[in-house]
Parts: sequence; structure tokens; C-alpha cells
Amino acid sequence: MAAPPAQRAAGPRVRRREWLHVLAAAARTPRGITGAGLALLVVLVAAIGPFVAPHPPLAFVTVPGSGPSSKFPLGSDILGRDVLSRVLDGGWQLLLMAAAAMLIGVVLGTAAGIAAAQLRGWRDGLIMRTVDVVLAFPQLVFALLLVSILGPERWLLVIAVGFSHVPQVARVIRAAALDVSERDFVKAVEITGVRQSKLMSGEILPNLLTPLMVEAGLRLTYSIVIMTGLSFIGFGLQPPSPNWGYMINENRIILTTNPWAVVAPALLIAVLTVGLNTFTDAIARVALGIERGEKLIVEAAVTGAVTDIEIPA
Amino acid sequence: MTEPEGLEAPGRRMENTARPPSRLVVQGLTVAVAGSGAAVIEDVSVEVAAGEVLGVVGESGSGKTTLGLAMVGHARRGLKIASGSVRLDGTDLLSLPPAELRRLRGAAMAYIPQDPSSAINPALRVGGLLTEVLAAHGRTGPEAQARLAEVLTEVGLDSRPALLSAYPHQLSGGQQQRVAIAMAFACRPRLIVLDEPTTGLDVTTQRTVLETVARMCASYGVAAVYVSHDVVVVGELSHRVAVVYSGRVVETGATTDVFGTPAHPYTQGLLRAVPSPERSGRLVGMEGVPPRPGQRPRGCSFAPRCPLVIERCTVAMPELIPAALAGQLARCVLVETGQAQAGALAAGPAEPDLAEPQESAAAPVLQITGLDAFYGHRQVLFGVDLTVPPNTCVAIVGESGSGKTTLARCVAGLHTNWTGDLRYGGQPLPAGIRRRSKDVLRGIQYVFQNPYASLNPRRTVGGLIAQPLETFAGRRTRVGDNQILDALRSAALSVEVVNRYPDQLSGGERQRVAIARTLAVAPALLVCDEVTSSLDVSVQAAVVELLRRLQQEHGLAMIFITHNISLVRSVAQQVVVMHDGQVAESGTVADVLDHPRAAYTRQLLDDVPKFSAAMTGASDA
Repeated sequence: MAAPPAQRAAGPRVRRREWLHVLAAAARTPRGITGAGLALLVVLVAAIGPFVAPHPPLAFVTVPGSGPSSKFPLGSDILGRDVLSRVLDGGWQLLLMAAAAMLIGVVLGTAAGIAAAQLRGWRDGLIMRTVDVVLAFPQLVFALLLVSILGPERWLLVIAVGFSHVPQVARVIRAAALDVSERDFVKAVEITGVRQSKLMSGEILPNLLTPLMVEAGLRLTYSIVIMTGLSFIGFGLQPPSPNWGYMINENRIILTTNPWAVVAPALLIAVLTVGLNTFTDAIARVALGIERGEKLIVEAAVTGAVTDIEIPA
Repeated sequence: MTEPEGLEAPGRRMENTARPPSRLVVQGLTVAVAGSGAAVIEDVSVEVAAGEVLGVVGESGSGKTTLGLAMVGHARRGLKIASGSVRLDGTDLLSLPPAELRRLRGAAMAYIPQDPSSAINPALRVGGLLTEVLAAHGRTGPEAQARLAEVLTEVGLDSRPALLSAYPHQLSGGQQQRVAIAMAFACRPRLIVLDEPTTGLDVTTQRTVLETVARMCASYGVAAVYVSHDVVVVGELSHRVAVVYSGRVVETGATTDVFGTPAHPYTQGLLRAVPSPERSGRLVGMEGVPPRPGQRPRGCSFAPRCPLVIERCTVAMPELIPAALAGQLARCVLVETGQAQAGALAAGPAEPDLAEPQESAAAPVLQITGLDAFYGHRQVLFGVDLTVPPNTCVAIVGESGSGKTTLARCVAGLHTNWTGDLRYGGQPLPAGIRRRSKDVLRGIQYVFQNPYASLNPRRTVGGLIAQPLETFAGRRTRVGDNQILDALRSAALSVEVVNRYPDQLSGGERQRVAIARTLAVAPALLVCDEVTSSLDVSVQAAVVELLRRLQQEHGLAMIFITHNISLVRSVAQQVVVMHDGQVAESGTVADVLDHPRAAYTRQLLDDVPKFSAAMTGASDA
């Protein structure tokens, strides 16, 4: 009775590792190429930089605040250290910490959001009102508060920034999970009497792929911004080890003699965040089918179930 | 039975020879996907005369909506009209500049879309909606006001201030659709295209809307095109019909000819799948879906699904050639070779041998006494009594809002706000899933209405069926386990779907997977909630037939919920008619459908669209 294979939807749509397919699809759009290119450029600088830096980042090598020269292409900083070497060496820590903070924020925020959506009732109220209270503080201020309580240790900094993401992520994920939890396929499993935790992890979570990917991209960008922000005001990574945020702060005074000491790290941060954001945008667009423009609703079936055709490229 | 010819459609048996000149002439029309050039509809030629209703019928995905839109010179985004012509009274719509086309739309031609609630501006009041249409075509002032009142009266609404100042959401679905019809007729168009205007409406509302459409088309003498998947509605309303499959017209002619003696196997299949409240013939479905644009086979598009396929079918697309009756054309090699067998309605197998309901003393599987259910403080069920004996299917029939789904959800444990006595196997049934034992949860299985929503898109078919098995057996189940494969086989699916994801399956296949998932755990009571309402009629027939067979073979107790009273005979032994949260009538299927006692049941039966005597007469011959 079953229809022959020829009549089925064409093309294998692989669901395991679907996030990889979304990434790949996003990377094929112009927007995605631009974003990924910009971000990867900076990531490359941060990753390879420490190995190719011409001078030790902490060594005092020349006159403080001197402009670019053949030996020091980006000049020297306020204490006479090589700006190029410090820029090359000052990114990897920041990136790793930002990524770690993003993971903490997305994992905890997702757990809280799904739980609130699925459990409903007083637990939803408790989770979301807590979230509301935290949201009342600007994220940087909240992170600052945590850092000032926890102290400026590197791992405490990661935890503080990660925590500051939780409310935002929880809000977005709860909204998406509310939609999924009302769908029949969740009810169909629910009436077999499985545990709530299994419903959340097995049925709801896998259907939140799109918002999760977008949130991860956004939170990574925010992590970088907040980490550099904290460093700028002296609460982040402590000197003398180089980092882009603190470099902008300490070299403000020599902006007139060697602007590169400020501009170079600022430029890297700007390119990285713009690139990440653009790529995240591409992911969101691909996931919504906007960028593809090839999804076409052909016929609404009897009660609004929609069949779509995919046009071979 | 009542007189089936309920609609005013004067001259519905219009003679082909005496047809007035055609008002709408579509020739060689091809609409293709803008990027790839894959044809959505291909080489379609139809004609409609003034005062005539042309029915365009086909399954979802056949391209009938695309055709309907192309007739008013429109192609949806992503599509383009590639070739052909659409002439309205000699004017080629496709060569008109956009401004000119816009002037004609609404004035000379109108389109009534499927869902009125999404097609009319929710921010305008009824008066404003009509005034806007009239003003757009230069009618303002008292003349427009008079016309507005006139057309509202004609569609059976009055022009009281209360209605004119109502917003669309304050109207019922039937009233909304009548407002849409009034808007379409306001400027006295010459051509009107109706795209499934009654889908989603209850039978009684559908009846009044169909009567309005028939009356309006006749009194205005418009050329009307009625697009629908519902062959019976088209049969009732139209003079001539074009059966569309996979973007091509496969059969066309006078409605009585095409539906009385269908020449094309597809038309025959469509007709065989139609349930009837009067006949209890076994339904014969057509599995599969029309091939998608760009993936159509080389020969006849219908060949992969055709029961009569021969080798020649896969060689080349057959031409549309004259069939048995004058003016009847069909696109099939069997017609060419004179082997076409007519008489689809008669071709259905004999009565389904539904076991007589057992009046014996066997303890009922489910007994409901005095069930009251609430949403918040609003009561939706009032003292409902229901008994499901073993090995019996009880159909619950009612319109939307009758409380039939709430009843099912109370039984399944999804709705917990109720009082009354529910007994399953003699034991009281607690409200809510968490308070029920594993045995009860396993015993009562529920199949959801919409198979597009009830299967987790991230799980394979095997994973979907393994889930309840694991929950109830408490051990890991592998995707290739025999229990899973057996469940697939009993739901008439091939075992190779086990590794597929739901969106790689057709609607009918998805619903079979949902059924297989419940069968895997060997339930005692199967609750089927409108399981066919989101499927095409041809697929619905196959699914209903499957349920009937499973119920008989496995000796299941079953609750079959439907708004379609025509389906009842094909699947159930007992029936409960629900109205406004109460049981209007209950009894054996034969008693209730042949000798309805409640006025409401009689009305439901009268309002079901039926084939005219001419067509069923032809089938009886």
C-alpha cells in the first residue's frame, strides 16, 4: 500500500547533526560568508598570534608611546611594550573565556526556559519572576556585581558573565518551548506517562535547534563585549598579561602619540563582534527559510497542514 | 431518503451542443516555478460560459489553487505564468499591464479564497470592507450604500447597523464567508473563482454557504469556477468539471458524465473514496501523493499510483482525448485503447461485514456516566453517557464545538477538569495521566487529529514507535525490533519507512505511523480523534479502511470521533450524535442513520452534500 519511493520528498534531510547542516547552509549565503570571514580572521589572529609575536608581550622594548616604526609596526604602548606582540597575544584568553561563558549561559538558560515552559504553574512563576528581577539590571552591571562579589579570578569571571546571560536565554527559550510543548507530538508522548525530564530532553529540546543556535551566537558576541568591557574598567583579566579590553583603557592617555595602541585592539573586537553577529543573523535567516527563498507553499492541505516543495537548485 | 438535489442550480444539465459562447477561455496555460522552471500546472485548457459553474477538483498538491489564481491573472510569489493565455470575454488577461489588470480585479472578476478569516482585513468593519471594494471601482455615495445593502441581503445577511459595524472576528465562519462572497459580487463581476470556500465549515454552515454560492452564480449569470478537493460538493454545484492531477487536466466534461461514468482511473479512484451516509460500501483509498513539480515521471503522472497501469503508461504523457460520452475528455491510454471501465461508484466492493454490535452481557471496556466537563468555569459537556462494549467501534459525531474532542481528551487523560463516573474495565478512571497506572495508560491509546503535528519531526519512525514500547516495557528497544516492524506491517506500511523522518512521509503514511505507534503496545481501547480530517478524501478512505480492519482483526474497542457523518457506516457499529455538549442520540449505526429520531441527526444527514440522482443512478445501473 505504501507509496513507491519516487513519490516521496526528494533529498535526504539528515536530522542527526542537523545543526551542522544549518551552519553549512548559513555559510553558503553572502551574509554568512561575510560574517564567518570576519569572525574567523580575528579568531585566526588570536589563535596563531602568540606563536608569531615578534617580542615577548611583557617585555619593555622601546620608548613608551612611540609611533609605528620598521621594528615595531604598531608602535609601543604606555609602558614601552610592543603593541603588535601584545595584540597578537591578547586574544586567545578572551575568546576561550567568552566561549566558556556562553556555554554556561546557554546551558543554564535553556534548562530554566524549558523547565518553566513545560512545568507551568508556580515553578514557571518562580523561574520567570527571578529572571525578571535579574533582567532589571543591565547585563554589564549585573556581571560587574557578580565579579565584585566573587573576585577577579579568571574562572570566576567566566561564571559571572555566564550567569549574566541566563535570564536573557531563559526568556527566549521559554517562549520557543511554550510553543513546542503545546504541540501534539509532546502530548502524544506525555500520555504514555513518561517523566517530565524525559519529555523536556527527548521531545522539546531537539525542536529548539534554531533558537538555540541563534542564542549561542548572540551570547558569544555579548560575552566578548562584556568581558572586554569588564577588562576596560579594570575588573576583568588583570594586568600585566595582555588583553584587548584592558589595552584600550591603559593606552587611552597616549592616543595622540600612538593611536594604534588603542585602535588595533578596538578594531579586532569590533570586527569579531560584527562578524559573529552577521553570521548569527545568517543562521537565523536560513533557519526561517528567508535567505533560501526557494521554499514555496504550494497547497494548504485540508486543515492548514502545509505541503511545500523544494526547488532543486 | 431526502431529495438530494437540494441546490437551486437551474439548467445544471446544460447540453454541450447548446452551450453559450465561452466567457473565460484558458488555453495551454503553464505556471512554473520562477527559478527552476519546473511546471506546477502544465498545458491546461478549460472554458467557462456565462451562467456556468466549472468545478476544478483534485487532491492537495495537484495544482488546483495555482490554476484558480492563474484564471484571475495571478501567480503566487515564486511562481510565474510561463505560457498560454487566459481570455475573459476576449481580453487576454496575461498581456494586460498590471494597472489594467488591477482595474479588472474586483470589478470584472473576483476571487474568494479558502479561509475567510485570513482573507478579509480584520481591522475593517463589515460596512468598511464592502465600501472599500465599491469605492475602489468608482462607486461611492448613496448608490454605493444601496448596492451594499442589496448585496448583503442577497447573500443572506442583513444590512442592519449591527452587522455593518461588526468586525470580522465577531462573525461566525459562515457569516465571514458570506461577507467574502458579498465583497466578490459587489461590483457584479463577469468571472468569479471560488477556492474551497466551504473547507473548515460545519456541514450545516457549508450547506447554507453552498446554497448562497449556487444562487448568486445563477442569478448573476457569472462564469464561475469552483475549486475543491471535495468531489461531492463539486458534483452538487457544478455543471462541468475538470479533474486536475499533478498539474494537468486528466478528465473533463459535463459533471454528470464525468462523475457518472468516469473514464480516468484517477477520477474513478476519487469517487470510490467518497464515503456516503446511505451506502455502507467499503471505502477504497488511493495511497500516495501527486508527484511534486520537477519530479514528475516521464509518462502519465498518475501511473505510479494507478491500479490499472500498463507499460505504455510510463512511456509518454497521454493526450486528452474524447471518452465514452459527448464532450467528455480523458487523458489515459486506456481510453485510447477503449479499455476504460466506467462506473466507479458501482466498482466499490460490497458491504463491509461489520460484526453486529454485541448486545450480550460482556462487560464494557469503557463506561461513562454523567460526565460534566469544564474549561475554567464554562461547562462544555453536560451529563454525557457513553458505553463502549468490547470488540466494538463507537463513532462520536458532532460539529465543531459539540464537545466530542473534549470527551475524547477526558478519556485519554489530557483533560482533567471534569466530574462524573468514568470506568475502564470496571475500575474508576482517575483524571489526569499522572494518576493513572501504567496498565491503564497502555490500555487506552489515542490517535491525534493532525499527523503533521503528532509526530516529533526529530525522531525516525522507528524511534517514534519505540518510545511507548520502552516506556511500558521499561527496557531499551532497538529500531529494528520485531515489535516495531510488526506494528508497521499491521498499519499497512512497508518496513523500510522505519528509518525515515515524518516529513519524508505523506499525510496518510504519517497517520499510519501514528496508528502503528498505538498498536505496538497492544491497546484495549483505541481513541481516534478526527484522524482523517486533515487528509485528502482518497487517503481518508484508506486510513478508515485500515482502522476498520484493525478493529475487526484485533478485536479492539474503539472510539472514532468525526464531524463527517458519512464516515460512520464505513467504520462503526454504534454511533453517538453529540450536540452542544450533550448526547442528542445514540444507538446502532443502522438505527440512527436509517431512522434518526433526533431532529439534529436528521438535519446533519440532510446537510451532507450528496451526488445527484443522475450520477448515483448511473452508478446503480
